[in-house]
Amino acid sequence: MKRVQFTNASLPYLLLLPQLAIIVIFFYWPSAQAIQSSFYLEDPFGFGSTFVGMENYTDVLGSNEYASIARFTIAFTLLVTFLSLSIALLLAVKADAVLKGSSTYKTLLMWVYAVAPPVAGLMGVMFFDMHIGPFLKVAAFFGWDFKIGLNYFDTAFAMVVIAVWKQIPYNFIFFLSGLQAIPKSVREASMIDCRSGFRRFWSIILPLLAPTAFFLLIINMTYSLFDTFGIVDVVVKDKAANNPITLVYKVYMDGFRGGDLGGSSAQSVILMLVVFVLTIFQFRFIERRVHYG
Amino acid sequence: MAYRKTVASLVAAAALLGTSNVSFAATEISWWHGMGGRNQEVINEISEKFNASQDACHLTPLSKGTYEEALNSGIAAFRAGEQPNILQVFDAGAATIINAKGAVVPAEDLIKDAGHEFSRDAFIDGVRYFYADKDGKFIGMPFNSSAPIMYINDEALKKAGVEAPKTWEEFETIAPKLKEAGFIPLVQSQLTWEFTENFFSRHNLQFATNNNGYDGVKDTKILVNTPEHKMMYSKLKEWYDNGFFGYYGAGWSDNQKPFEENKVAFWIGSSGSFGGLQKSAQMPFSATFLPYWSSVEGAGTNSFIGGAALFAFAKKPKEENDCTASFFQFLTSAEIQYFWHKSTGYVPITKAAYEMAQEQGYYKETPQAEVGIQQLMLKGGEWSKGYRMGFYPQIREIMEREYNKIFANETSVDDAMKTIEEEGNKLLERFAKTAG
Repeated sequence: MKRVQFTNASLPYLLLLPQLAIIVIFFYWPSAQAIQSSFYLEDPFGFGSTFVGMENYTDVLGSNEYASIARFTIAFTLLVTFLSLSIALLLAVKADAVLKGSSTYKTLLMWVYAVAPPVAGLMGVMFFDMHIGPFLKVAAFFGWDFKIGLNYFDTAFAMVVIAVWKQIPYNFIFFLSGLQAIPKSVREASMIDCRSGFRRFWSIILPLLAPTAFFLLIINMTYSLFDTFGIVDVVVKDKAANNPITLVYKVYMDGFRGGDLGGSSAQSVILMLVVFVLTIFQFRFIERRVHYG
Repeated sequence: MAYRKTVASLVAAAALLGTSNVSFAATEISWWHGMGGRNQEVINEISEKFNASQDACHLTPLSKGTYEEALNSGIAAFRAGEQPNILQVFDAGAATIINAKGAVVPAEDLIKDAGHEFSRDAFIDGVRYFYADKDGKFIGMPFNSSAPIMYINDEALKKAGVEAPKTWEEFETIAPKLKEAGFIPLVQSQLTWEFTENFFSRHNLQFATNNNGYDGVKDTKILVNTPEHKMMYSKLKEWYDNGFFGYYGAGWSDNQKPFEENKVAFWIGSSGSFGGLQKSAQMPFSATFLPYWSSVEGAGTNSFIGGAALFAFAKKPKEENDCTASFFQFLTSAEIQYFWHKSTGYVPITKAAYEMAQEQGYYKETPQAEVGIQQLMLKGGEWSKGYRMGFYPQIREIMEREYNKIFANETSVDDAMKTIEEEGNKLLERFAKTAG
């Protein structure tokens, strides 16, 4: 096979240039800036900055507050990812099996995806509102004195529910199309071999869904880590106080609200490293088990 | 060749157009602020009035969201060399902008350089020092000034047969009666501003070393871990446990709502809440000063001004600065101050405007509107002029976190104050390094 297909050696680079330019301007350049300013202590207006070495990092990593936010972020990410994936999968499998009126079911399950994240957050907040929220009445009926915004666990509960609710339709769409892509002949063959629906699902359907599931796993983890920012923001209503927040929200609070550029840059570099490690882990250890048909 | 000629003539034409614009049109100045809703409308009205009042300058106001967002948009714009002429900065952000030497032109210099008269005595005492340097020179121009005051549910008091308290001791004696009458005796909307910062001003207690932070950023320490301040929060917690105090988290409106719904007897809010409350409250209400502890010696002094001030960014051409100066003059005129006071509930900042409001009988119809300014005009003390601490918005966030923990039974008052002191001092130290 002929390997070089361009006659002009610089043409491929030229064609790559627009894409590379975008990546450099919007990713590498800001990242380099963040890494640089994480070693400095700077006044907000940029009049003077002092090199402080690793001090911003030691300050952040030595803080109890940061540790507890990190713990919450991990728990939150695992919970949201697990719940939104498993509930969506369950719904997709059931919707796939429905014969009559299936499009109605599907539309009902999908429409939430069309709701913009801040609007979804707002609807969730209304649902849990301490004065008018219908959920509070339900909780009170079971003797649960639900205090959003004051009780750490209650606020976390509301955040997880809203974040999961918002993500289910997205996962549902992918799982459903993944299920529909499984060849009918394979299903029929498995029907003959095995009578147990659960075993059929476990050993035939699920492995065939694995590429979709792997893709969704990555997307959902990034979603819980970063895209839930808007949900956290509307739930805490601008006042984080003792409420649970995620690491990204902490970067925003210190950098954009507090004007501490050095400290917040150090935090975003830490986050970058976390994502880097997570990506390597996912592709090295999980993707190996995924079978692409 | 022909192409070049066309370009050249186009450039020349554009240059001509440009110069003619400068000579005929008004000088454009911009004002970024952090207000929404009714207050934003009033700001737009004031700008229109200013533009209509003269031809030389044209002012464009722009809302940047909340106070924090306005400050940070202003900072980011300054770093990019695209700063507006005027930026509204809230009380907690004052140290950030005042300590950034060279970021702003002091309002006093700006006005004098433009050839206007400037007299500090024209302003009411309570607003004179907060945005000034330690010698009393105005760095920011006080704009929307408010005071934390106590709103009273008249119906609740009548039902319980009690009078509004002046001191917290009096409150303790009547709280059980209010509770019996079916009301939550007390709620508040911002612990940091109403029960910490203004706890120090109302009791004339020192809030930070280095003359409340005015004498410099180096070695400034916050003094929250003190017996009086701890006593205030121990009492609040005790009242909360006994059902005398309702607490609904750190959000402002979550705490205001039960008062509007006639479930609460007293609400500590802002004098600037008056306009909105007139529409939302379901019962007749009045207002009085923020109570204090008579057991603390020298208590009963005036409160710090809350709200925000206007700062003129540096590195702007002289003619724009002159326009900013004439806008500041216009804004502090008695008519505009009275208009602002009436439309929003924020206090008038000049003596002339206050007198005008009195003469026109505004307070006869609405005595609640006078409470804020009266509280600011109370006798001042050594420690009630203001405070200046760097990274203070973040220190407030630490306080909000720890105060919530107190009411969620996650920490004790002693531990909370110790944490605020430690983390707050760490931030102050960091700020001293950045500003040093």
